[in-house]
Amino acid sequence: MSQTDQHQPVSTKAMPGANETPAANSTGWIIFLFFMIGFVGSLLAGWILFPELLYSKKNQPIDFNHAIHLDQVDDGCESCHFFREDGTFAGMPGLDSCIDCHEEAQTDNPEEIKFVEEYVTQGIEVPWLNYSKQPDCVFFPHSAHVIGADMSCETCHGDIGNSEHTRVYEQNKLTGYSRDIWGHNIARLGKHKQGEPAPMKMNDCAKCHKKETGHKGACFQCHK
Amino acid sequence: MKVARRSFLSLSLGVAAGVTLSPLPWKLMDDISIWTQNWPWTPVPEDGEISYAQSICTLCPGGCGINVRKINNRPVKIEGLKEHPLNKGGLCPLGMSGLQYLYGPSRIQSPLKRVGKRGSGNWKKITWKEALADVSEKLYDLRVSGRPQALACIASTDRGTVPKLIARFLTAYGSPNFIRASTAFDSLEQAIYLTQGQQGTPGIDIENADFILSFGTGILDGWGGASRMCNLYGKHNSTKKIIQIEPRLSDTAVCATEWIGINPGTEAALALGLAHVIIKESLYNKDFVEYVSFGFDDWTDEDGTVHEGFAKLAGSYPPDKVSQITGISKTKIVSLARKFARASKPIALAGRGQGSVPGSIDECLAIHSLNALVGNINRTGGVSVIPGPDYAKWPEVKMDVAASKGMQQPRIDGAGGKQFPNTQFLLNRLPEIINSAKGESPVQALLVADANPLYTLPDTAATKKAFNRIPFIVSFSSYMDETSAMADYILPNHSYLERYQDVPTPAGLARPLIGLAKPVINPVYDTKHVGDSFIQIAKSLGGFIENAFPWDNYEAFLKESLDDQWDELNNKGFIENKYDDLPAPLAYSFNTVSSKFEFYPTLRNNPKNKDVDVLPAFTPVPIEGDFQKFPLVLIPYDSIRLAGNYIANSPFMTKTIDDTVLKQQTVLVEINPITAKKLGLCEKDKAVLITPKGKADVKIHLYEGIMPGVLALPRGLGHTAYSKYLADKGVNVNDLIGPIKDPSSGHDMAWGIRARLTKA
Repeated sequence: MSQTDQHQPVSTKAMPGANETPAANSTGWIIFLFFMIGFVGSLLAGWILFPELLYSKKNQPIDFNHAIHLDQVDDGCESCHFFREDGTFAGMPGLDSCIDCHEEAQTDNPEEIKFVEEYVTQGIEVPWLNYSKQPDCVFFPHSAHVIGADMSCETCHGDIGNSEHTRVYEQNKLTGYSRDIWGHNIARLGKHKQGEPAPMKMNDCAKCHKKETGHKGACFQCHK
Repeated sequence: MKVARRSFLSLSLGVAAGVTLSPLPWKLMDDISIWTQNWPWTPVPEDGEISYAQSICTLCPGGCGINVRKINNRPVKIEGLKEHPLNKGGLCPLGMSGLQYLYGPSRIQSPLKRVGKRGSGNWKKITWKEALADVSEKLYDLRVSGRPQALACIASTDRGTVPKLIARFLTAYGSPNFIRASTAFDSLEQAIYLTQGQQGTPGIDIENADFILSFGTGILDGWGGASRMCNLYGKHNSTKKIIQIEPRLSDTAVCATEWIGINPGTEAALALGLAHVIIKESLYNKDFVEYVSFGFDDWTDEDGTVHEGFAKLAGSYPPDKVSQITGISKTKIVSLARKFARASKPIALAGRGQGSVPGSIDECLAIHSLNALVGNINRTGGVSVIPGPDYAKWPEVKMDVAASKGMQQPRIDGAGGKQFPNTQFLLNRLPEIINSAKGESPVQALLVADANPLYTLPDTAATKKAFNRIPFIVSFSSYMDETSAMADYILPNHSYLERYQDVPTPAGLARPLIGLAKPVINPVYDTKHVGDSFIQIAKSLGGFIENAFPWDNYEAFLKESLDDQWDELNNKGFIENKYDDLPAPLAYSFNTVSSKFEFYPTLRNNPKNKDVDVLPAFTPVPIEGDFQKFPLVLIPYDSIRLAGNYIANSPFMTKTIDDTVLKQQTVLVEINPITAKKLGLCEKDKAVLITPKGKADVKIHLYEGIMPGVLALPRGLGHTAYSKYLADKGVNVNDLIGPIKDPSSGHDMAWGIRARLTKA
């Protein structure tokens, strides 16, 4: 190869595809189209399909009417969800709490009849699904919040006391925990709606602690 | 349209960008991390109602108060009871890991009958009705054959209502052979009896003493209630002084004010040497010696014979001679004697380690004489005697002809007989007596309750041989221990957390304190209280034996025994007598022949046993082995992290042992680097340890804290039974050491054995 060859101007005709400008444009569009298909498709999958697949839906064993009970009791939520003598929180009431009134069905409500027949008379505890169950590594004292900080139940659990039906329990198929812990907004953006249960991830605890006490709290406060 | 490779790349890019901007990866990452925390095999403790139940720990004789934390009535944690006067909230590793004795795999879950060869581990589950009927029938046959005295029972203690009930059963049956394991407190008890004439539990007011002269006592190695001792002496700012005298730098020695290394087995010589200096320099308590003691100076008896007094005996142990024997310098001996005598409340303690071996009675007398020299007897901060528990009177046992004939027979172990009149129990002699018996074994049926002689008695091989000669063995243990593994029937007792049991004043405590162990949970398995088993056997034997047990069950017996103390004990868990409630010092009179403290223990003057000098002269314990063949000396040591008694260490405790003690399955023998160098041994070398009693594979641990020429192995390892978490780890020291009979008390006085090490 001679030196001059290298300095010859390059002919446009010699470039491949030089004569196919419209076709080149269409390839660019196709590439963009594929990008958009992938992009939009995965956005839809991530935002809509994924949450649908991640959570299974279950109904509570009995469709419990909180509102009707709240009217009947004197002590508000604590009538059934009480603190034990040593300050620990009893959580979901056992049959002991129900049996005084429901030894026999008081109405012809099919849910009440089911409750009495399947659980009360057979002495089986109702396997309630707990919307707020935290992992075992989390130590959450209700007393510090409800008694110590005088918080209302609604702050975290929403206005469940006035609900007439139990909500559908959405269970994370991977972790086994309720969807309420993460929050219903899959992106965890914005504030939860008034009256709805608050999300209960560690960041949610920290956020509230920061606001109310001035610091997020130490690891050992909750992870004993 | 042509779909090129680039289009696919673009699609992937689009997917990547879209996924990144969707919550999917972030949420998934969070979920996966939680998913890994919730694998089904990850144990999750049950959540539920928290409650506490108080009781007394009976895993050792310490008698600490415990507070058991329960979730939904299931015990989940054992804590020390803050209100308890002994441990004040503290607890030793054994007590803390006690739940493993409740749920662990070594629990016996129902009555068992041996079906294979003895010790082969082949058992058949039987019902309680069958078990009690079978055992009753065997005992009935033995009694009918005219030899009720051939029934023996081994227990770990004779104090408390359970052993009293068992001894009552034996009396009604016609056997004097209730035998319990002996400890260093037995020697002290005997030394106190010989010098002071007082029967009862030795009380050592260690709470108020300020100068502890410990002749190897493992104050911080599990002696006298581990948490009580840690409360007293475990603090760095403690003003109390501990002088620890022993051949090995134990944990107690590390924490002591001063550690004095001594040639093993020469403690009695040192005690006499110290007495020599105290007497020579006139540092002793003259009021005590002059007015309330006998036999200090030479004395003449009624026949005109002159007897040597203690002062003259001590006079033959000048510091230079003692220095040669003990290996402690002359100046050290003199200064130690002065410090001891000048301290305001000094106490000299006998008994090595946790005190599991009674030791030489001469040594104990020599050491106890030091307490008398400084007048620290029956005084605050001194040594006293605590009378036994005040039980309500039970109806007298009426004996039939068979029973009274049997009860007139001498005890098989020889205790209380002509040779050893001052000793109550001699379990250590039992194997030798059975093995040397011509014809059939003098023990034809053996009942074992709360004891594990096949592990705790020295010379395991001889003990096993003796047990093999006993035709019928019943174990009442809650655990598949070495003795249960050799039994014919196992009638499992409730575990200590499932049963009632009174706990009389623990030995060594200077004020009366009774406790009540209460069930904190209903029995987990198909077990029965040992007291109930005995009552039911008595009832099925009928006649006078049945009449001796008018109680429906052990609880009724216990309630009646404790009488007006029951309510307070059941509510509070313990009854404590404060110092103010005790009689003034010296209000106890000495019940000796001279009515004084006897430096010359007249009771020891036994014409039937001429081998024994009355005064506690130093005679080296003739430890087994020829010096030429076995140039080294092996001593056992105790650790708070190992339980060497009839309750084995828990798997959790085994986890706390350093790898300089147990490496995988092999035990490490401690040896001074100088000795190791001579033998050509290095750290972690494999070696074979040989003694006249046996041999064991060990590894070498070089330790400057042990005297040259001495080897040390821990007590509490080398189990062959229990579960895989305990068995086959290290070696049982008792396989390698044999008992040596004290000529005066009959107790085991072996502190070690001759040994040799060869590189493997």
